[in-house]
Amino acid sequence: MSQNKSLSLSRRNFLKTSLLAGGGMLIGFNFLSACKPEAILPIDISNLNFNDFNAFIKISDEGYITIFSPNPEIGQGVKTSMPMIIAEELDVAWEKVSVAQGFYDPKNYQRQVAGGSQSIRFGWDALRQTGATTKQMLVNAAAIQWGVEPNTCFASQGNITNANGDTLGYGEVVKVAANLEVPENINLKDPKDFKIIGHDIINVDIQKIITGDPLFGIDYSSEGMVYASVLRPPAFGNKLTSFDDQITKSINGVTEVIKFGDKIAVLGTNTWAVMKGKKALVAHWENETKLESTDDHNFELFKILNGNKFETNREDGNVETAFKDADKIIERTYESPFLPHNCMEPMNFYANVTDKKVHLVGPIQTPAWTSGKIAKILNRKPEEIHLEMTRMGGGFGRRLYGDFAEEAAQISNIAKKPIQVIFSREDDMAAGTYRPAIKYRIKAAIKEGKLTAYHLKEAAINGNMYGLIANFFPAGCVPNYRVSTANYKSNITTGAWRAPFTNFLAFAEQSFFSEIATELDKDHPQLIIDLLQNVKGTADERIQYSPERMEETINLVIKKSNWGKTPEGVYQGFSAYYSHNTHVAEVADVELKNGMPVVKKVTVAVDCGIVVNPLGAKNQVEGGVIDGIGHAMYGDLSFKKGTPQSVNFDKYRLIRMEETPEVKTYFVENNLSPTGLGEPGLPPAGGAVANAIYKATGERLLKQPFINQLEISKSKLLG
Amino acid sequence: MPNYTLNINGKKITVNADEDTPLLWVLRDELSLKGTKFGCGIAQCGACTVHINDSAVRSCSLPVSSISGESITTIEGLSETGTHPVQLAWKEIDVPQCGYCQAGQIMTASAFLKEKPKPTKDEIREAMHGNICRCASYNRIEKAVKLAAKNS
Ligand code: FES
Ligand code: FES
Repeated sequence: MSQNKSLSLSRRNFLKTSLLAGGGMLIGFNFLSACKPEAILPIDISNLNFNDFNAFIKISDEGYITIFSPNPEIGQGVKTSMPMIIAEELDVAWEKVSVAQGFYDPKNYQRQVAGGSQSIRFGWDALRQTGATTKQMLVNAAAIQWGVEPNTCFASQGNITNANGDTLGYGEVVKVAANLEVPENINLKDPKDFKIIGHDIINVDIQKIITGDPLFGIDYSSEGMVYASVLRPPAFGNKLTSFDDQITKSINGVTEVIKFGDKIAVLGTNTWAVMKGKKALVAHWENETKLESTDDHNFELFKILNGNKFETNREDGNVETAFKDADKIIERTYESPFLPHNCMEPMNFYANVTDKKVHLVGPIQTPAWTSGKIAKILNRKPEEIHLEMTRMGGGFGRRLYGDFAEEAAQISNIAKKPIQVIFSREDDMAAGTYRPAIKYRIKAAIKEGKLTAYHLKEAAINGNMYGLIANFFPAGCVPNYRVSTANYKSNITTGAWRAPFTNFLAFAEQSFFSEIATELDKDHPQLIIDLLQNVKGTADERIQYSPERMEETINLVIKKSNWGKTPEGVYQGFSAYYSHNTHVAEVADVELKNGMPVVKKVTVAVDCGIVVNPLGAKNQVEGGVIDGIGHAMYGDLSFKKGTPQSVNFDKYRLIRMEETPEVKTYFVENNLSPTGLGEPGLPPAGGAVANAIYKATGERLLKQPFINQLEISKSKLLG
Repeated sequence: MPNYTLNINGKKITVNADEDTPLLWVLRDELSLKGTKFGCGIAQCGACTVHINDSAVRSCSLPVSSISGESITTIEGLSETGTHPVQLAWKEIDVPQCGYCQAGQIMTASAFLKEKPKPTKDEIREAMHGNICRCASYNRIEKAVKLAAKNS
């Protein structure tokens, strides 16, 4: 079973302290690895070396706590929840804590950890230990000051008290504490004593967001900076042959046109000028590789599914024999299109390449990887690359790929001036790293009223599901089980998209289980619970999910959604899925309006261990659920001769306010370590909706986006 | 390039820009008012919403030459210190996720409430339908608009 492994680091290794020249104490720590022994903690706040430490805590002489973290915020709330964990163990009032974005230090600031669903999971132990260790150092310092034993002293809410009733504030002992040995074997709090964790805390950047402070990459600018709009090949497979920039150069504000590779950058003094300038370019392209269309992808993926060239990811029992012996076989094929990420903030990046250094600023989830690639492209030493991260207007996986940062670096390198590359929405949708189209074919054998075999085939584009997925439910629950994968290589760029693979696989599997339940005349959640019994107590360490936790999560959603007890005209669909170490179960309530199903409400049960910040956690889950419904309903990016067919929000439909259901989220209460929340709410949503629509209309939805089939059915209905 | 005198957040400002330049880019690039966001450029997402007099307008599709003396309000000018009832409600409900769309949402909501101080749930959802939030904070937006209506 997968449980969070404790970080086996000695506290000496991951934490260092120093006295600050300007007063107060500084603690530097690493939560993913040990500090380098030679790492030296600065004595000056303007010199924080984020290369050597992930984050810093400053305790001022007045007892105020500032946490410096260079961690980006994608919208997952880690910038709020991580400091909450430190503050909890340090035992200070949240009102005394502030969070500052790490200062930019060209000498040292280079790589840090990108946020994501996993941040809290990996950071949990180390953040708690950092807080608790620091508190112990303050207690030890007070004990020295008083001449008493530390174990007779007690710290709470920023004060230390001794047996005589004397009290010292944290700020009053920092001078002594900063020079003490870092203690080991520190006790962490009992979760029942938590005062901050588990309470609603408002996003630390809220004031800046509601007043329009420049926070995002696109808001960055520097003295002498020019804007750059890039013309890229209009179709995947195109290559630039020649271009004419005469009209472009005559546009007010356009200063320069630069060709790099198969792309052309238009530089100028304002965004509008360079966007106009780009449109005015006359470029000629030739076909270097095949220009693919959605029809080609359908053909190729069906060819894979109908063939027999698969890799086996997991195999239990004997699937062939079980199918031969079956009373009944069910087989379905589920299909999904390409999807763009559509971060609300279009891709953008700032670069200033000079002889001395390469300065990069912008929204990116992979600073280390991207810096490394840019160093190679520009043929510069890694230590010359200084990358500064900004808040991100959405990530969803798109900002894992640094193509836009590489473009900025290449253009600035040629132009010899600071530039900011800015994508229009059309650029953003047409130069994506898309969620590729995938088809799943699932086949089940039923014998004597039992599910005896399960075979999942994946035909994907450019890559297949990661290895762990074959060990998600129903692995271990069905005696004869096989997962087979194969892929088709396309020249269309593809990549991770919120909850990679499971974003569609969960829909396919949970729709399929709804069909099996109907076939067996069983209640869908009960069927899953029955199957889960088969894996309880398994010695199979590959199994990723916990049957006990999944069962509890399902029971919670059954209770909270009034499963099976809704009034007439309300149709419910169920779905449960484990991903990113979190167990989620959802029930969608659908009603019919003029022959069209409308999702009214979704009830969600989540087991993500301890919920650090319920206010932020609910926002994450709710966003994931609505995102899942929106893309299952409407998301569709098709290609014709290598060119995406919808490149702005007039044609590409995203879910909006009036299509948004009410979402009610409930957390399973336990004291287990926190797990990911940014992604796992999404995968079960499509299945819950499809299964509810089936109850309402009797129609099974096998293809995303649902809207296409729903509209056909509606027009048939209306004659 | 011609000069235009604009009345932005209570101040008269003269800018030099091509006549077809959308107000959005004048605000962001010429005046460094970065609170108004770019999302689509074709009046489909609402990220760039500002007030012209008291109405919510998509600044990405409004050429600077079409403005003559009307008072323009951006998120930076909605209140001195973020204390407009809509801003306060946004804070209390903790609406944002990534936060990028929220200036536009707040500008749409504040213009709407001026016109309809006590809206129903359906009216709120209809009024806010034009603003995309890719992070899907829609239900909190609805709650915050309701709260702002109650408090103002
Ligand atoms: S940027 Fe103006 S509506 Fe989208
Ligand atoms: S909060 Fe991210 S787009 Fe609305």
